[in-house]
Amino acid sequence: MPDTPTTPTALTARRPARSPMAPPRSFHWSRRVFLTLLTAFVLLPVYVMVSSSLKPLQDVSGKFRWLPSGLTIRPYIDIWSTIPLARYFTNSLIVAGAATAGSVVIAVFAAYAVSRYSFRGKRVFTVTVLSTQMFPGILFLLPLFLLYVNIGNTTGIALFGSRGGLILTYLTFTLPFSIWMLIGYFDSVPKDLDEAALVDGCGPLGALFRVVVPAAIPGIVAVAVYAFMTAWGEVLFASVMTNDTTRTLAVGLQGYSTLNDVYWNQIMAASLVVSVPVVAGFLLLQRYLVAGLTAGAVK
Amino acid sequence: MTGTVRSDTAKVRSARGDFSPGAVRGPRRPGRIKRIGLPYLLLLPALLLELLVHLVPMVIGITMSFKELTQFYIRDWGTAPWSGIDNYRLSVDVNGPVGDALLHSFLVTVAFTLLSVGLCWAIGTTAAIYMQDTFRGRGLLRTVFLIPYALPVYAAVITWAFMFQHDNGLVNHVLHDQLHLTDQPSFWLIGDNSFYALLTVSVWKGWPFAFLIVMAGLQNIPHELYEAAALDGAGLWQQIRRITLPSLRPVNQVLVLVLFLWTFNDFNTPYVLFGKSAPEAADLISVHIYQSSFVTWNFGTGSAMSVLLLLFLLVVTGLYLLLTSRGRKTADA
Amino acid sequence: MRSIRAAAVGAVTLSLALAASACGGGSSTGGGSNDAPKTLTYWASNQGTSIEVDKKVLQPELDKFEKQTGIKVKFEVVPWSDLLNRILTATTSGQGPDVLNIGNTWSASLQATGALLPWDAKNFGKIGGKDRFVDSALGSTGVTGQDPAAVPLYSMAYALYYNKNIFADAGIAKPPATWAELVADGKKIQAKGKNVLGAEGANVSENIHHVFVFAKQHGADFFTADGKADFANDGAVAAVKQYVDLMAKDKAIPKGNAEYAQNQSVSDFAKGNTAMLLWQSASANLKNQGMSEADYGIAPVPVQSGTPGAGAQANSMVAGINMAVFKNTHNLDGATKFVKFMTSDDEQKILNKAYSTIPPVKGAQSDPAFDTPANAVLKNTLATSAVALPQVAAESQFETTVGTAVKDLFADAAAGRTVTTEAVKAKLLKAQQQMPAK
Repeated sequence: MPDTPTTPTALTARRPARSPMAPPRSFHWSRRVFLTLLTAFVLLPVYVMVSSSLKPLQDVSGKFRWLPSGLTIRPYIDIWSTIPLARYFTNSLIVAGAATAGSVVIAVFAAYAVSRYSFRGKRVFTVTVLSTQMFPGILFLLPLFLLYVNIGNTTGIALFGSRGGLILTYLTFTLPFSIWMLIGYFDSVPKDLDEAALVDGCGPLGALFRVVVPAAIPGIVAVAVYAFMTAWGEVLFASVMTNDTTRTLAVGLQGYSTLNDVYWNQIMAASLVVSVPVVAGFLLLQRYLVAGLTAGAVK
Repeated sequence: MTGTVRSDTAKVRSARGDFSPGAVRGPRRPGRIKRIGLPYLLLLPALLLELLVHLVPMVIGITMSFKELTQFYIRDWGTAPWSGIDNYRLSVDVNGPVGDALLHSFLVTVAFTLLSVGLCWAIGTTAAIYMQDTFRGRGLLRTVFLIPYALPVYAAVITWAFMFQHDNGLVNHVLHDQLHLTDQPSFWLIGDNSFYALLTVSVWKGWPFAFLIVMAGLQNIPHELYEAAALDGAGLWQQIRRITLPSLRPVNQVLVLVLFLWTFNDFNTPYVLFGKSAPEAADLISVHIYQSSFVTWNFGTGSAMSVLLLLFLLVVTGLYLLLTSRGRKTADA
Repeated sequence: MRSIRAAAVGAVTLSLALAASACGGGSSTGGGSNDAPKTLTYWASNQGTSIEVDKKVLQPELDKFEKQTGIKVKFEVVPWSDLLNRILTATTSGQGPDVLNIGNTWSASLQATGALLPWDAKNFGKIGGKDRFVDSALGSTGVTGQDPAAVPLYSMAYALYYNKNIFADAGIAKPPATWAELVADGKKIQAKGKNVLGAEGANVSENIHHVFVFAKQHGADFFTADGKADFANDGAVAAVKQYVDLMAKDKAIPKGNAEYAQNQSVSDFAKGNTAMLLWQSASANLKNQGMSEADYGIAPVPVQSGTPGAGAQANSMVAGINMAVFKNTHNLDGATKFVKFMTSDDEQKILNKAYSTIPPVKGAQSDPAFDTPANAVLKNTLATSAVALPQVAAESQFETTVGTAVKDLFADAAAGRTVTTEAVKAKLLKAQQQMPAK
């Protein structure tokens, strides 16, 4: 569990809200049916992904079969040579990692300002930032691309086609939701705490980093996970703004299916390989995520 | 979304009194100018990025929508002739083929979004309520349920595309070969069924988010409420109806809005599932606009369509917040 | 703190200034220069069975070029799914490669953007003259009457690939020469439990290639002589209907093919499930999928009646890849030299052999490698019975709108609906109305 002894909300999050009366039998019965069906629905594609990735090519390009005719790890070897998967992987790691770090830091600053200060334009800021959440990506795809090219031509900072441009883009995409979640979370951190820190001689930033941030770790983790996943899976902007050397996984994986044959077993193997880091990280951090959402998003 | 934040922060503020750390006397009390400047300084990075990535491009996009930006001018779009409101007229003229196709795509998107959000919410809430009590395997199940949300979009959707194939897909294998539910194998990636294929994938991917949020929301419901209701003799279903669902109201307000915006603007799912030209029955507006701009090289009309879409979303979100927060106030009172 | 604020104010000003300058226009309009005489960037299209294969084919040749001229070519193999978008963004931004490959059907559309270097007599002179190239290939390099926007690099044509074993099994002596024969043979093939003809029903470009040739066979075209869209004329409607009817009425194309868009029909053919396939230069692909050359034969694509030839006897589009130079290249001389190198007789032989394509350069065609029975069919088709797709600026939109209409019609046919002449006409009319007014 997150180390947040000072936040009451994080503590309540641990307590199961159990209803005191014993539930009727129909509840147990319907629960079993519902959850079983739901589990099947959720796991079906996962099973297909795993089993297909271990099948020889003739199995996946013929009639579907539940069990492979023979197991092979060949696809897991071939994926690295059919397309430059390792390079795409590195690109995705760099882009998603940097975008996440940037998004978290910037959102922490902004949310702290909104949560702790009253200032002119606060409302305009929150409304504007949050309303960008509803922009259709397609509206600013071409303009953003032109803007990056122009910045490149004017200042020599290569944004278009570089990882830097993509990092800035993803970072900003995730800002509205991140700021909004952190405002909620920071609001739940008692202000007496920063007051005490200020009395102890910390500046406002000291109070932020020594008191508020440690108390808001679950919220920050939730924001980081969200930012990372968004950047890891984005297709539209990546397809226009990258080239062969900077291509990310989400676009690069299409390389398996646009060649002369569709290597479904390799697609599935590669999908699994690129999913493992995100899914593992996500599931490891899920408790923080629930705690973070509890206090941040749904208060 | 904005409404919630505002009302929540307002509540917090009135409860605790407004407070600014800079105002506290201390050995390193910052000067007056810095005190006023600090919040702005903290906001600056976020502001700059929003300006660079969201706001300025949006202004450019709106400018483009008033230009005739076809293949003849894309090389230097500054010289493209102004076309006034021609692009808009073309887009909303439902008697013309372009407007007609846009309207069709819009209606498909609305139907798709309503169904998807409704199903995501219903499944997510049901699962969260069922899993409120501890039982064996609950932790494992919760982990399993979060997998669809955690999987990268591309990997998940391409797997569904594999399963939806006509000849070799799992879906037809089960429905036709094994359960004999259909006379002949169905097409899922082309034709009318593509709508349901898209809906299935969208719900599969989206419901865990509803589950996660509702689960978090349930933990904020005070235990005492249930105890009091139990003393009054309320059964489990009544408790759910009278306490759980009303208490989830503010959570749902945000959840439904976020799901709505994400689903309505979703590009990744249809693009990976169907490629560049989606079947008519599943022609979501984001892909439609993409096709109108990139595939037919008419960026002016594409921009006009995006601006119309943005206006629609602004109106819907505004109305939604207005209606739901009014409802909330009456409920609170 | 003050310096931070000053920096911040500066940053805001800068970003506003940039935004303002961005509104001024996307790209430099200047012509080419020779600022960077020692390097070139080159976007190659994906010709081999994978991007890695292409790299292996091209790298030694580019090394050779560097040895000859001292110019280093940085190249990238761009997948087909990305190529047009990448070219479009490069055009818009002015940030593109010096030299690039384009699908030859895009020539006129890209020519209209003004981003490509026109190949006038002077430029052609630098690479050995226009006469070195085959006429049919030159017919697909831009709007007639204007200087070509690109130079032919690889040529391809459609042919009928047929599985010899299935044919022998079904008692068919020779490949069908007319569509009626194909349908009749199909009955015999179906009796043996095999699929008759493979198609990529959801692939917009493939659809266009086929309905265009069918239109020619019906004496029609999709554009009027002065370049106006005319999709719903009787001949065009009949052409589209005949193609879709191969699935809807004749049952030659299996229903499942309606959703094919990723060359699954080639896999089906390679696996011996389908008896026939209309494809361009499939040899390398089939070999890669484990089909022996002895197992299949290659014949000209059927016509309505008689033998392939000009006019209504056309049986293939002129397929191929062109090479273009971006106007604002920083190494104009080097780019021209590179085009000259790639279209030289020697390189043409090497590259076209590697990709199982036909050289559009006369001097390279004489190589015996291009006289194998398979290549002879392709070469002959290109020389006598192939027609270029419409060379109009709106070609790209035509591919999208009509290709999608055909895709939708295939979906209807696959769902078991009858495809009537009226339905085809309505779809084509709708496609035509979606074309830009100007």
